[in-house]
Amino acid sequence: MSSKLVASLAGIFGLALYSSMAIGSKYNLPEPQNFIAQDVYDQHIVLMWICLVIFIGVFGVMFYSVLKHRKSQGYKAANFHHSTSVEIVWTVIPVIILVLMAWPATKTVIAMKDTSEPDMTIKVTGYQWMWGYDYLQGDGEGISFYSKLSTPVAQIENKEPKGENYLLEVDNNLVVPVGKKVRLIITANDVIHAWWVPALAVKQDAIPGFIRDSWFEVDNPGIYRGQCAELCGKDHGYMPIVVEALEAEQYAEWVAEQQEKLAAEETSEKQKLGLVDGSIVTNEKS
Amino acid sequence: MAAVHGDVHGHGHGDHHPTGIMRWVMTTNHKDIGTMYLWFALSMFFVGGTLAMGIRAELYQPGIQILEPELFNQFTTLHGLIMVFGAVMPAFVGFANWQVPMMIGAPDMAFARMNNWSFWLLPVAASFLIISFFVPGGAAAGGWTFYPPLSVQGGLGVDLMIFAVHILGASSIMGAINIITTILNMRAPGMTLMKMPMFVWTWLITAYLLVLVMPVLAGTVTMLLTDRHFGTSFFNAAGGGDPVLFQHIFWFFGHPEVYIMILPAFGIVSEIIPTFARKRLFGYSSMVYATASIALLSCFVWAHHMFTVGMPVVGQLFFMYMTMLIAVPTGVKVFNWTATMWQGSMTFETPMLFSIGFIFLFVIGGFSGVICAIVPIDIQVQETYYVIAHFHYVLVSGSLFALFAGAYYWIPKWTGRMYNETLGKWHFWLSMFFFNLTFFVQHFLGLAGMPRRIPDYALQFADFNMVSSIGAFGFGLTQILFVYIMVSCVRSGEPAPEKPWEGATTLEWTHLPTPAPYHSFETPPVIK
Repeated sequence: MSSKLVASLAGIFGLALYSSMAIGSKYNLPEPQNFIAQDVYDQHIVLMWICLVIFIGVFGVMFYSVLKHRKSQGYKAANFHHSTSVEIVWTVIPVIILVLMAWPATKTVIAMKDTSEPDMTIKVTGYQWMWGYDYLQGDGEGISFYSKLSTPVAQIENKEPKGENYLLEVDNNLVVPVGKKVRLIITANDVIHAWWVPALAVKQDAIPGFIRDSWFEVDNPGIYRGQCAELCGKDHGYMPIVVEALEAEQYAEWVAEQQEKLAAEETSEKQKLGLVDGSIVTNEKS
Repeated sequence: MAAVHGDVHGHGHGDHHPTGIMRWVMTTNHKDIGTMYLWFALSMFFVGGTLAMGIRAELYQPGIQILEPELFNQFTTLHGLIMVFGAVMPAFVGFANWQVPMMIGAPDMAFARMNNWSFWLLPVAASFLIISFFVPGGAAAGGWTFYPPLSVQGGLGVDLMIFAVHILGASSIMGAINIITTILNMRAPGMTLMKMPMFVWTWLITAYLLVLVMPVLAGTVTMLLTDRHFGTSFFNAAGGGDPVLFQHIFWFFGHPEVYIMILPAFGIVSEIIPTFARKRLFGYSSMVYATASIALLSCFVWAHHMFTVGMPVVGQLFFMYMTMLIAVPTGVKVFNWTATMWQGSMTFETPMLFSIGFIFLFVIGGFSGVICAIVPIDIQVQETYYVIAHFHYVLVSGSLFALFAGAYYWIPKWTGRMYNETLGKWHFWLSMFFFNLTFFVQHFLGLAGMPRRIPDYALQFADFNMVSSIGAFGFGLTQILFVYIMVSCVRSGEPAPEKPWEGATTLEWTHLPTPAPYHSFETPPVIK
């Protein structure tokens, strides 16, 4: 009875585990959206293969030994305890493997660091707990907004069912055009944050009082989600990043819309000021 | 039975000591102090473990259920601090206290009273850490690495943590000085450095690392303290400082610290594998050189914890190459252990099982270490669950498994009693299963993009988090079995034979009776 129960429980558990792994992206890096992310993805795969081969080699030997060289099988211990030539071989071979690993990585590092000649520049500011974006240069210059988590508190407190993009949705997406080199200038207002979008292979700490830069390009239109990656206090888990990549025309429309909004805000601001001017403040001024 | 001849005279006069609690408060005996270190570490392991259970319980499902975000951060912070400074480090010092004098044929540690002092600092520091949960504002919540400016924001809990780290650091430095002096000055005649057991070698090197880096940690937490209270701006950009400076100094301590927690584990495993393979350790001298080069390299790799702070290309490449180099001596060690087992005459008692489990899982942690060393990949996985998986593979299935192995290996010598072998094996297999259930899936979580130190997560991470939590509860419960095995061994275990492990060759097995007398080697043995 009980062994049947254990077996069926194990079966259910195994099935559950297997089905959860069946969805590809669940156990690897997200699908790359630019050549840097592609490089990272490919290098990771290559490294996994190298590790697997070494793993099978080392533990093949070790477990062969574990199975065969047992006292219980009457195996008598040999007496060797060093061999300079073998030791040199297994020092040199890993060095060669490491050089082979380091070579493509070096090229990617250099490419990642090359923020020169961007098509547009956006300043990213980390706050406790939201992001601020200022379009400094290029199409959309002058646009500026904050981007906050838009998941309702009720979902977090389990009072409502959780939405599809639970904790990965914001009120204002960072909108960029596809195929353009976007340079980010990153800083923070209070503590260290980190701006990270996995599919774009960008992760850069936002350090208060300092400016760091990074860059990305998006190959395909779409929405790419990320999160703050440096512990920044209570709501560290609640400051996602959403990048929305648009085709050139749609991006131009978005920019026009934003600039209209900006202009409207400015007028209303002035009107407000005008009201204020009309009453008490004028006396002091004039 | 040749084991008993060592020092027949000499146990006679030393056994009068205070009894009851005063025995433990006043003791200067390395065995008593070693015992206290080990029990202290075990109880801290359960405190830190309880915090881990809280973390995993909150992460069992998405949404906030039992720990509010602020409290969750306090749990992760104190879990890290307590496990590193309260459990793993003191446990290794406990082993050093028991074993180093016996393995080099010395009567005790060099500075017996300082030894007492360095132990009794620990409960003080631990109580500061635990009390900090109950002060206004709660415990420190900036992560065990307490990066400013976040750690400047905290309340009294952060100050208590800083004070605790100071005290723990002082304790470690004293312990390290004691171990260095003992090893360099009190070896039995004929035991040259290159005849020392590997465990002693690894501790000698570890102790030097401790003396090198613990003062650096003390310095950096002091700077943090003055930034918090006395208006300095070491880490405050508005006052001309630099938050990243803290990270450089912290990791200059922090990376060697990683090796402080693993080198003695290498030592324990290097004692156990030859014993149960009934064959000499393969490549003894290359093991010594590998340990030394790991220690040396560990001082030049600290910024691989900081690949996302925005270092210049040259800096990133330098730290990447240096980090990758560490794989070479580490590989040498793994190959040497394998070669030691090769054509041995092996048996698989619990210490051997934990040692093989150690090698198997430590190598997985080593692989993910190499992957993390590659800057472009590290930029993806930095601050994610991938890193959590990586360092638990080297710290839990590395350091902790080696500690278990050592405890099973030496407890017959310490107590004169045998542990229950069947339960020991159960402890191993259950730990092995639940450990992997907990941490293997975290690699996937990290790759898929789940940041660490978050109390709540997006829905695509839900399945693996549930698996991981189930594994964690199982792992936690399994460790109660360990306590049961140890307590019942100490109280009512079968009497151990004089030499329970036939392949053991170090002095404590060959030259001392079982259990080891309260004072051993008052007349040093002569090593040929």
